[in-house]
Amino acid sequence: MSMPFYVAPEQFMKDKADFARKNIARGRPLVATVYSDGILICAENQSNSLHKVSEIYDRIAFAGVGRYNEFDSLRRAGVQHADVKGYQFSREDVEARSLTNLYAQYMGNVFTHEMKPLEVEILVAEVGSTRESDQMFHILYDGSIVDEDRFSVLGGEAEAIATRIKGAYQDGWDLDTALAAAAKALAGPDRAPVAADLEVAILSRSNGRRAFMRLDDERVSQALGQAAAESAPPADEDPPASDEPPAPEEPPAAAT
Amino acid sequence: MFSPTDAPGPNFRDLLRRVGLDPFANPDSHGPAPFELRHGTTIVAIRYLDGVVMAGDRRATAGSSIAHRTMEKVHPADRHSGVAIAGAAGPAMEMVKLFQLQLEHYEKVEGAQLSLEGKANQLSQMVRSNLGMAMQGFVVVPLFAGYDLRRRTGRIYTYDPTGGRYEETDFHADGSGGRDARTTVKLGWRSDLSRDDAIELSVSALWQAADEDSATGGPDPVRGIYPTVATITADGFLRVADEEVAARFASVIAKAAPR
Repeated sequence: MSMPFYVAPEQFMKDKADFARKNIARGRPLVATVYSDGILICAENQSNSLHKVSEIYDRIAFAGVGRYNEFDSLRRAGVQHADVKGYQFSREDVEARSLTNLYAQYMGNVFTHEMKPLEVEILVAEVGSTRESDQMFHILYDGSIVDEDRFSVLGGEAEAIATRIKGAYQDGWDLDTALAAAAKALAGPDRAPVAADLEVAILSRSNGRRAFMRLDDERVSQALGQAAAESAPPADEDPPASDEPPAPEEPPAAAT
Repeated sequence: MFSPTDAPGPNFRDLLRRVGLDPFANPDSHGPAPFELRHGTTIVAIRYLDGVVMAGDRRATAGSSIAHRTMEKVHPADRHSGVAIAGAAGPAMEMVKLFQLQLEHYEKVEGAQLSLEGKANQLSQMVRSNLGMAMQGFVVVPLFAGYDLRRRTGRIYTYDPTGGRYEETDFHADGSGGRDARTTVKLGWRSDLSRDDAIELSVSALWQAADEDSATGGPDPVRGIYPTVATITADGFLRVADEEVAARFASVIAKAAPR
């Protein structure tokens, strides 16, 4: 019986990457996209209390897929880092970019030095004062960063979901349209999205100092129901809803 | 990044201690301060039907001179509670900032808010850790009030410099003009105060305190500076607009004038 004393570094890294990728692909996915008033994050999550999407700081949100305990400890570390930095300097000095670099450093370090890489992908999103300054950073298990501009998909079946959301994406769409499209992209062509299976949160420019807000099931069903009603009946002579910008919506009712 | 076994948990002060930034961690005794301190003065909290009204004057003094005319002594602690401060301005403002961060940090890390009692106890620990400074003259006495979402009522907590925490049933006032303010509230308090009544009573208490106490500032229509007044109800902490406070003062003054 032979013992593998030597493993080529290429093979070693590849094995780790395959391991991480395989386990992340098993996790339920999430979609984040910019909309007219900020950033929407919509995750498949049946639990009401174990969150995948959370608040980090005034304008920064965190989302993770994969192993819950691993991305939750990353989230806590992010809150700690942001709060200490804001205390030490000023609230304005806390930004997503520096937090992203911190995460990338840590995750890259674990990937190269530890036996087991982190089985997570995370998203750090920051809403800016204008659409142009909105930021979304997608960080992979090995610490590589993807700077996303319009939308980002994390978790299993990411490519298929990305294709679907890409097809639906419109610049400057409102919350309800974006939410319905994100939920539909997650659900795929074979099933209808259900509000109870989704965890939805937004970073809204018009939400005061703390931009983060969760949308409850009622609010999500309302957006999903509206989209279903618009697409179902062939509508007398009206042009299809997707061509014209929908009527401006009032800001969403406060939700927990 | 902390390892899971020694992570500081949801306590922001523990976290600051761990990274060497705890502002109240200096136990060195230096004896009484050899300089004039800035002091904040009269603060009031009154329970009424929908919650609590908090009010505080705007003057900070250093010895017998006015150090600052527009100091804010009533601050939101989080969405459903407020903290008002009397005493040495420097440590008091630091305490408010730390307290606000503590509540927000807990809420974010744990994904749930502390109970009102939990918040009051947190503040008590902060006052207590300031005891060394208090012995040198940097006394901070906060007043904490909030709307208890579980019991559906407003609640008021007062403190002494050692961190002692006492729940008041209906109202309280602290600071150098606190005694006059408290007497005024005592004479005017009823169990069925409306929002407007409670605001008027708090404004009247500050007026009486400013009348008797040189360190308490009254309304300043020349510069347009009015005391801070806020309501805390199920809808959260809401600051009362300066125009409304000015109007309340006008009515208090009108009632006082003809004598």
